[in-house]
Amino acid sequence: MTAHFLGAYKAFAANGASGAPPWLKEMRERAIARFAEVGFPTTRLEQWRFTNVQPISETPFELQRSSWELDPVPAGVTVSTLSATVATAPDFLQAHLGRYADVATSPFTALATAFLADGIVIRVAARTVVTDPIRVRCRIPRNPRPMTHPRLLIVLEREARAAIVEAYEGDTGSVSLTNSVTEVVLEEGAQLDLCREQREGALSNHVAASHFHQARDSRLVFTTVALGAGLVRHDIHGVLDGSNAYLILNGLSVLSDRQHVDHHTTIDHAKPHCESHEYFNGVFDGESHGVFNGRIIVRPGAQRTDSKQTNNNLLLSRGARADSQPQLEIYADDVKCTHGSTVGPLDPTALFYLRSRGLGAAEARGLLTYGFGAEILDRIAVPGARQRLDSEIRARLGVPEMVGSAA
Amino acid sequence: MTPPTTDHRPQTTVPLLEIRDLHATVEGNEILKGVDLTVRTGEVHAIMGPNGSGKSTLAQLLAGHPAYSVTSGSVRFDGKDLFELDPEERAREGLFLAFQYPVAIRGITNSYFLRSAVNAMRKHKGLPELDPLDFLQVLEDKLKAIGWDDSFMNRAVNEGFSGGEKKRNEILQLAVLEPRLAILDETDSGLDIDALKTVAAAVNALRSKERSFVVVTHYQRLLNYIVPDFVHVLAEGRIVRSGGKELALTLEEKGYAGVGA
Repeated sequence: MTAHFLGAYKAFAANGASGAPPWLKEMRERAIARFAEVGFPTTRLEQWRFTNVQPISETPFELQRSSWELDPVPAGVTVSTLSATVATAPDFLQAHLGRYADVATSPFTALATAFLADGIVIRVAARTVVTDPIRVRCRIPRNPRPMTHPRLLIVLEREARAAIVEAYEGDTGSVSLTNSVTEVVLEEGAQLDLCREQREGALSNHVAASHFHQARDSRLVFTTVALGAGLVRHDIHGVLDGSNAYLILNGLSVLSDRQHVDHHTTIDHAKPHCESHEYFNGVFDGESHGVFNGRIIVRPGAQRTDSKQTNNNLLLSRGARADSQPQLEIYADDVKCTHGSTVGPLDPTALFYLRSRGLGAAEARGLLTYGFGAEILDRIAVPGARQRLDSEIRARLGVPEMVGSAA
Repeated sequence: MTPPTTDHRPQTTVPLLEIRDLHATVEGNEILKGVDLTVRTGEVHAIMGPNGSGKSTLAQLLAGHPAYSVTSGSVRFDGKDLFELDPEERAREGLFLAFQYPVAIRGITNSYFLRSAVNAMRKHKGLPELDPLDFLQVLEDKLKAIGWDDSFMNRAVNEGFSGGEKKRNEILQLAVLEPRLAILDETDSGLDIDALKTVAAAVNALRSKERSFVVVTHYQRLLNYIVPDFVHVLAEGRIVRSGGKELALTLEEKGYAGVGA
């Protein structure tokens, strides 16, 4: 099933990619070799048990470039295309690109790296503090059967601070594949609030890998909101590679119809005295299906690790389904790791509680459902992002705002 | 003395709550076996009884808990058939239950929840909804009246609250929603003596000629602080004795067995 994609690569390597520097060409060659070797994953693999990508493998997608929209860039930040960065900062690019998103982690990351050309690089200089959010929007092009591999590289140098929104959008009404890879590097003491929004059409396939690499004393708050596509698979991989690093992963999926979202997270506590918290909620209606797999690795010597994971799933219909799997691998002895998950319909006692306070049955159901979303949205620190997503989620769940808004 | 011409208060002859020969089951087991109780406007009634006597069933059933089925008998609230009303309609008509086990609601702050409830009530009365600023004013007045601060208004409803905080939160809702009949279901359970005094003081501040209370409790202790007008003993699904506040002291002395319960 890989022949079509290997053929597309040959055409790409011969034309569009020929101007690249040797190191980049070599990276692509290694990546396509890896993809050719492993092929598309099947549901026989544990990591892909709940997500069937066979329809993707059988679709003759056409390679396209994403359509990027950038808001005006605040001072102190460099935002440029990947191809411009190849010319202007080759050493910087070579030092980071593809270093964290290992092609061995997923066949899709291998495929994305093979086609690496379409992307944006955000670099915040040391000790620069950017308060206005940097917003990057990536749209699916309107061609038939488009396949895009949008790449984002975000580097915050020592003690830099920034807020970034990455949004993946587009409902073209035709089958599409967005295969995105985002690499985030936080140097010592850097602080980033990163918000990822994803909203695509019923025929869209969205495969994503987010790789975070954190040096000591760095702090990352990442919130991802999946508002649907036919199929979403998002692998999130955070490495806490210096003491006193701090990582928060927040995730929210709000799905209906036959939508499918699979979040696989891995938090790798490589050094001692780090803290990570994970909060993933899902609201599933219709025949939608949510998957959460949360893996936490505490390496030998990573003492005083503090890690907490929760995953709460609300099923609004009989046909909806959620699978939740924690996976703890702890190789140090002085650690605090907790996890918990719930899957189920609305709590009848909670419904009665709200109705006993005068709320109508439909209003009570709406408020309880909205609470699953609000709990995650309340953790978004990026200015403006919370309000925008709040309105969107209210609209989707049919929960009107009260007079004067402000939940 | 000339009677006031515009007194909308119910006539003392019309009870606010009138329970007649009430029988109810949960999962096929009969819990209430013929309860009779009359509560008039402004009165405070205590219902005491041993564990399993049906006290909490009665409290929750009156608020409309779906787990209980009424098999016979009647309950009239302000002259209306209570069982014709959904739980939210009972609340809007002025019936309030302070839960024994208040429920945590993820993602919804206490202030948003309270404002939703107040606005649901206002809509029912044809009044405009309160915006956050108007509501804050109402809330501050209520908090001041019962002597509390607003420290838990921005936390999710009952989420991670201590036992005492949950019970205080119920009383705060009572204060804000201003019911005509407040049923307190074992509000003293799980409270230490200081928390009990705080909650009781707030309840006492909310007593008025226009508001009735039904205080359900296992222990006489609470009634030292919320002094009732009437005390009833519920045993095996029936009220077996009724009296004044002194009945609670008799119970304390002789136990439930000593009064035939």
